[in-house]
Amino acid sequence: MSIEQFKNRNVSDDYFLVDIEDYPTDGWGQFKRVVKRTFKGELFVGLWVVLREMIKFDIHTVQYPKEKMPIGPRYRAVHEMKRLWESGTERCIGCGLCEKICISNCIRMETKIDENSRKEVSEYSINLGRCIFCGYCAEVCPELAITHGARYENASEQRAHFVMYEDMLTPIDMLKAGQQQEFEGFGAITPHEDERVKKTPLAY
Amino acid sequence: MDMAYLIETIVKIVVIMLIFSALAGLGTYFERKVLAFMQRRLGPMSVGPYGLLQVAADGIKLFTKEDIIPTNVVAPIFKFAPVITAATAFMAAAAIPFWPQFTVFGYTVHPIVADTEIGLLYVLAVMAIGLYGLLLGGMASANKFSLISAARTSAIFISYEVVTGLSLLAPIMIVGSFSLIDFNNYQAGGITHWLVWTQPVAFILFWIAAFAETGRTPFHLIANDHEIIDGFGTEYSGMRWGLFFIGEYANMFFISFVIALVFLGGFGDGGLMGALALIAKVSFFFFFFLWTRAAWPDVRPDQLMWLCWKVLMPLAVINVVVTGLVMMF
Ligand code: SF4
Ligand code: SF4
Repeated sequence: MSIEQFKNRNVSDDYFLVDIEDYPTDGWGQFKRVVKRTFKGELFVGLWVVLREMIKFDIHTVQYPKEKMPIGPRYRAVHEMKRLWESGTERCIGCGLCEKICISNCIRMETKIDENSRKEVSEYSINLGRCIFCGYCAEVCPELAITHGARYENASEQRAHFVMYEDMLTPIDMLKAGQQQEFEGFGAITPHEDERVKKTPLAY
Repeated sequence: MDMAYLIETIVKIVVIMLIFSALAGLGTYFERKVLAFMQRRLGPMSVGPYGLLQVAADGIKLFTKEDIIPTNVVAPIFKFAPVITAATAFMAAAAIPFWPQFTVFGYTVHPIVADTEIGLLYVLAVMAIGLYGLLLGGMASANKFSLISAARTSAIFISYEVVTGLSLLAPIMIVGSFSLIDFNNYQAGGITHWLVWTQPVAFILFWIAAFAETGRTPFHLIANDHEIIDGFGTEYSGMRWGLFFIGEYANMFFISFVIALVFLGGFGDGGLMGALALIAKVSFFFFFFLWTRAAWPDVRPDQLMWLCWKVLMPLAVINVVVTGLVMMF
């Protein structure tokens, strides 16, 4: 495959050159053009077009703070922590992969062994002032625990603006109401995951 | 000049000032709404029902903003220039009859401040003086873009003053008077007596010139928005800028009145229906100012000059000559 094919930007064969008359060069030609343009009534076409739009009243305004545009499920905004659907316990196992991979070093977490000898997350915060919303943490998380949400309004009075574990965690009543949204972005389960699971080759 | 006349005149002046200052504010509201609807937007919606109180919010903002006099400006002229624009706009209103005469408690009110012999001439002259506000404001601003804008403004105004005068000359010849009341009475016989039928060319020319006179699109070169800045008003802030604004909008209303009175029969025979018809006509012309702003592009200054001197002025002169010949034979 030669490089020319990639350089060809004519993506469609439907392109055509707009038919523009040559500019008149002599005075008489200019005069004829002026007369033609004057009586062509194009100005009234313009008037009609805007009046038609006013009468149709097909308004496209989104009154932002009150209304919001729907946002794509893959959008990477402020993080969320998910719970297991059945038991309602937190999915995060405290493995620390997200903290490790975060390229802007904005995730901080502390873990401890709880009374059942299980690892428990005691502190978890993300500095949104540093986060670049790259999505690596959501991708690397083995438990689909940390994901991105749709809350994109993260203006704040301070540069260092943190979200805590409790803020990100799906409230238990929302989970019971079935309102927890699975993240569909990078690192999430694809729809045909079951068919693609293979047995671990143990032949060696 | 007796006392009653004096009091009546002062009351009339105050009423006209109040009504048209308020209308200038409301005019901005309608402009934003109409432009928005034509561009499939909603316009102001947040302050008050359907954004109606936006006018008040803007007023409060303009009144309470800091009045900045930049360094290097020629302060006295800089401060005075907006007053010229606003004052001349309202002074022009003195010779315009806004409503047929009516009787309250047995007292006949003429809703015109001064019905002078030279009414129309006075209106045109005073409106032309409004140019000085923009010119002086731009020149005193110590800002090269203001200066360029001021130069453009005076060029446009002076050229279009010619078209305004010449296009009105033919109707004046027919009516034989400068008084707008006489114009109205000449056409009082109903729609067939309107001057627009006998003087269509003058009507179109004056209408076009009105756009230049008020500095509206397609002749919005005075505060050329394409330069991102506000032309002569770049250095102005707060109420001084607001005065320019009120002047512009009041001018739009007054020139709409003049068009309706001179060419479209004004308030007719003076009944209530005639008065309401006058309001409807004025509203249409005001709406047309907004309409063209949504629909038409601006022209370049040289195109504007070309249009004025090579097309409109010859047409106006021919119109005057033809009218004269027709009247002679
Ligand atoms: S989105 Fe990227 S920068 Fe933000 S916390 Fe996750 S890994 Fe770090
Ligand atoms: S990668 Fe997932 S499971 Fe591991 S600590 Fe981060 S959020 Fe918890």
